[in-house]
Amino acid sequence: MANIMIRRDDKGELSFYLPKRDLEDRIVSIEFDQADKWGGELKLNNGGAYYVEPLSAPPKLPISLRAKRLDGAE
Amino acid sequence: MAALTREETEALIAEVLEVYPDKAKKDRAKHLAVNDQSIEQSKKCITSNRKSLPGVMTVRGCAYAGSRGVVWGPIKDMIHISHGPVGCGQYSRAGRRNYYVGTTGVDTFAEMNFTSDFQEKDIVFGGDKKLSKLITEIERLFPLHKGVSVQSECPIGLIGDDIEAVSKKSAAEIGKTVVPVRCEGFRGVSQSLGHHIANDAIRDWVFDGKKEVRAFEATPYDVAIIGDYNIGGDAWSSRILLEEMGLRVIAQWSGDGTLAEMENTPKARLNLLHCYRSMNYISRHMEEKYGIPWMEYNFFGPTKIEESLRKIAAFFDESIQQKTEQVIEKYKAEYAAVVAKYKPRLQGKRVMLYIGGLRPRHVIGAYEDLGMEVVGTGYEFAHNDDYDRTIKEMGNATLLYDDVTGYEFEEFVKKVKPDLIGSGIKEKYIFQKMGIPFRQMHSWDYSGPYHGYDGFAIFARDMDMTLNNPCWNKMQAPWLKKAESSATEAVQAAA
Repeated sequence: MANIMIRRDDKGELSFYLPKRDLEDRIVSIEFDQADKWGGELKLNNGGAYYVEPLSAPPKLPISLRAKRLDGAE
Repeated sequence: MAALTREETEALIAEVLEVYPDKAKKDRAKHLAVNDQSIEQSKKCITSNRKSLPGVMTVRGCAYAGSRGVVWGPIKDMIHISHGPVGCGQYSRAGRRNYYVGTTGVDTFAEMNFTSDFQEKDIVFGGDKKLSKLITEIERLFPLHKGVSVQSECPIGLIGDDIEAVSKKSAAEIGKTVVPVRCEGFRGVSQSLGHHIANDAIRDWVFDGKKEVRAFEATPYDVAIIGDYNIGGDAWSSRILLEEMGLRVIAQWSGDGTLAEMENTPKARLNLLHCYRSMNYISRHMEEKYGIPWMEYNFFGPTKIEESLRKIAAFFDESIQQKTEQVIEKYKAEYAAVVAKYKPRLQGKRVMLYIGGLRPRHVIGAYEDLGMEVVGTGYEFAHNDDYDRTIKEMGNATLLYDDVTGYEFEEFVKKVKPDLIGSGIKEKYIFQKMGIPFRQMHSWDYSGPYHGYDGFAIFARDMDMTLNNPCWNKMQAPWLKKAESSATEAVQAAA
């Protein structure tokens, strides 16, 4: 489990940031992006994948979350 | 010499790597690359932020340098204790040219060196008592200081002193902010982790630890300059542009900055980030906690300044945007004259850069405005996201080198034969002795400022002064020259 931060970059796309490893990348897909469920598996541009517990509503970004690494690219 | 093609550059890298043993060669090969603009992600071509290879010459600094020297050092009204042996603080004292206003030793302390001067007995018995006594003495001798930061050096982490406990106790005793920073030099691979640790210390001990709330009248046009270290006055020449736009600069981190400015920053409307590498951590924190957006800007060279000014103005209403256009218009004649004067003298010259964490990409625009071309660039301590941003700025088939070793850099220069090299003091005399014009791009070679429109004029003058200096024709001793030139002299005498 690692602390991560999700924010919107200047193009309005979701961006993933892992402070511990200074890893910043674009989120290419998010498993749940609905009004009542947000989160799940995040796929990154670099090929990595992380899992965050789904939230009950889309959060106000940026937000710090705990994430589990499913598939690290590095 | 014409620009190298992709194959030639690749061959050059292979040739330079040839001298290393196999293992070292494999490791270093990942850090050297030929730029390819079509690549979206830098990590496909270059590896960065890795431990330097033992045995090779690296110019990187340590975590202490990143925290004490870069992030905390320029906070002028605080006293930064180099906690540990005397050398770390003394040899790095006042070397960074962070200009500031104030009376040194009375209300500002940025150029002074405070140290706990560890001796053997402190290593054996611990230095906590000494630190606490030191802070008490500081309070008595320099009553106008606004706070103290404890910058730990390697031994502190090794012997396990509890500087946090001492800081809390001393803060209560003197009634001022005392910030312990765990920036022991052995942490991390370069100064980059020191920046991160220092940013986290600001978050935990300046923002979260704040006791009283100071009265502050906010306006909708408040911005903070973050990560402009005021080298030779850089932050001042940036600040006037922002003020002319109608914005109010409420904080300057951390060139000519104060503790109060740092504490006020959460009230800003926009954080303007110059050195992305060293200060993005705290900007991200402020975005999440206080909802302050941040953007990276670049005030090197008129093209980039114009771009950045418009980008900043887009965060505000139309009156600001209008004023921004006026500012751009106002300086047009000024920088056009600079370009007209220096471009013919500098056109087509080729530059190689090797600097810290932002300038290798930020200054490219300024060189291009003068008609010069950057043929190689590299960072001491960048991460992958920095290279992502660099790839687009650099031309195809140019050299990229991460944490370049002394040997590699020399060999690259011998082959690429640039007209100018921009790097630091450790490289300066090697290349000058090789007969290549050199500018220090960390300290602006004791000149500056280089930011903003005013800075661009100085930048152009300095580059011209270095490149077209008559001394570069005098590289050969006169008695060695005689044989070839005596013929021409005879012709002149006859004429």
